[in-house]
Amino acid sequence: MTVRLRVSRSRAGDSKRHFDDFEANVGPGSTVLDALLDVRRRLDPSLVVRHSCRHASCGGCGVRVDGRPVLACDTRLDRRSSRPIVVEPLDGRAVVADLATDMTDFHARMDAVGLPPVRTGEPADVVPPDGVGAFSRLESCIECGLCLAACPVARTDGSFIGPAALAAAARVVEEPRGHELGPVLALAVEPDAIWRCRDAMECTAVCPAAVDPARALFGLRRRIAAERVRRLFRRAGG
Amino acid sequence: MSGLAGRAAPDPAADVEPRRTFASGRVPKVVIVGGGGTGGALAHDLALRGLNVTLFEKGEITSGSTGLHAGLLHSGARYATTDRPSAIESSAENKILRRICPGSFEENDGLFVALTDDDEAYEGEFLEACWQCAVPVRRVERAAALRMEPGLNPDLRFALQVSDATMDAMRLPLRFFATARRHGAEIRPFCEVVAVTTAGSTVTGVKVRDQVAGREYEVGADVVINAAGAWAGRVAALAGVSLAVGFEAAAMVAVRGRHANMVVNRLHSPGDGDLVVPQRTMTVAGTSTFEADDPEDLRVPEGAAEAIVREVALLLPSIGRAELRSAWAAAQPVLLASGPGRRTTKAGPKAGVAGATGALVEGAPSTRTHKIRCLDHATDRTPVEGLVTVVGGDATRLRAAAEAAGDLVCARLGFDCRCSTADYVLLPHTAWYSA
Repeated sequence: MTVRLRVSRSRAGDSKRHFDDFEANVGPGSTVLDALLDVRRRLDPSLVVRHSCRHASCGGCGVRVDGRPVLACDTRLDRRSSRPIVVEPLDGRAVVADLATDMTDFHARMDAVGLPPVRTGEPADVVPPDGVGAFSRLESCIECGLCLAACPVARTDGSFIGPAALAAAARVVEEPRGHELGPVLALAVEPDAIWRCRDAMECTAVCPAAVDPARALFGLRRRIAAERVRRLFRRAGG
Repeated sequence: MSGLAGRAAPDPAADVEPRRTFASGRVPKVVIVGGGGTGGALAHDLALRGLNVTLFEKGEITSGSTGLHAGLLHSGARYATTDRPSAIESSAENKILRRICPGSFEENDGLFVALTDDDEAYEGEFLEACWQCAVPVRRVERAAALRMEPGLNPDLRFALQVSDATMDAMRLPLRFFATARRHGAEIRPFCEVVAVTTAGSTVTGVKVRDQVAGREYEVGADVVINAAGAWAGRVAALAGVSLAVGFEAAAMVAVRGRHANMVVNRLHSPGDGDLVVPQRTMTVAGTSTFEADDPEDLRVPEGAAEAIVREVALLLPSIGRAELRSAWAAAQPVLLASGPGRRTTKAGPKAGVAGATGALVEGAPSTRTHKIRCLDHATDRTPVEGLVTVVGGDATRLRAAAEAAGDLVCARLGFDCRCSTADYVLLPHTAWYSA
């Protein structure tokens, strides 16, 4: 089938972006990424689009499709519309070129939390085989940054650390794995951190990896608040 | 534990060989074409050996076949009955990668599950082959297998436990790229090599189109290494070398939900629909092989995804009821001709060697042979100096492919330097993004 795309274009150092229209040729069940790669292969090899896994695992192909932050590989082209599908880079960060954005700042925030990449000790209800102490799995977050791009607080104020890093902090608190909790909790209560969250829940709505940052932030906030209340009472009592 | 160790950053200066120079004092320059796992591991390998390295990748790094693989760090058992050298190599690399990439794996082991009389009959051959390849295997009786993996088909006869692990197809190679760059290698994504420059029959460098900056430029090199995987035939053709690299197109699916903790394989002679690789909150299953002409246009054939799900649901029935998340295909490169490449006109490969870019051709060697091959085109029937191709291998053996190619390149340049990547703990993948 033929799909019409309107793609944001810019090169390194451009101050302005423009749109190019393309007609992609894709098979049934294809995704926005399939269409973009068809454009690059047949029509314009200069189209810069970041991608790797094509199954929502690497988190590399985050873009805005008709304004909404999505993974291009995880967004099916099942809708038939006379309007072209508008594809733009994610908001709130520098554009490298066309649809690729600079993830340095996002990863700096994640690094500040330092979430270990592997979670351990789950699930609890099965017997791991000989030689495997406990089943482990990689942390769910694929570092795509869609939550940060969708967050209404982060969109209006880039200094807000954002849902991904706070959800990572919540995971460290939940399963410290040798981490000192003090610095992570201190980071979470900084002025540009957890108290800025307004529970808009856009983060959870766009998360492609079932991290559910909104819930994680809620839990972390409750835990921090409980700790403060305990401290206040302790002070009052003694 | 392992997760924390993964964040320990190596000292950038430690263990790196001093910059090597020719007798003239000039630093030798190497260009790698292709930013997949092999290219990344090779950039790390050569940077560690003290060479000046620049890598070009036409898209994002790991955007060819590397990022598309199922995420299996295999024990070697999958190759044991069909390709013993690769099985032995894989078994060794499995241990090495766990050591140098702590925090990158779900170290849950794997099972080969016997469901039928035929599977049971295959056990003897499989165990014998694994034993010969030094691939450790442990027999697990039915009840014990179901305690480990309650989702397995309860009609299973028994299972064989092997040291499989799962990884992230992009993030593991990213550690090689990040460490290479920390050691001075230049990694340039979105830069397509559009020509190989030559003086007579000697390669002198490459011409690159930088899609981000929107300009073309030339870079000189003492050796150009073709690590373009399924695209290696096209890159060789730029230097006038005909290289019969085909590929095996393999479809895979991802379904929602985690249907196992361990890797689950079917105990039978390697075939379609016999592999389940859990990954985070998803489960990846494969494969279904098919013919295609262009590694960039791999459309999953109609019915292939359903066929995979049907087959793997015999192992883990809940996959049959799971929602399909994605279906995609990867091109695994295979060197078709056993001899060295032949030189042709610069216009490209001759007719009849269209396998340079095409799918597997009739009469090709076993498609299940994935040996790592390094070719020095100076030894071709029509020699081309300064061009080396590395092709073959798989995600588990990216470091081994780089070591083999690195040894060849250093020998070509006249340097006697040792590969030290097997003992070098890599930076975490996040270091790739730090400024």
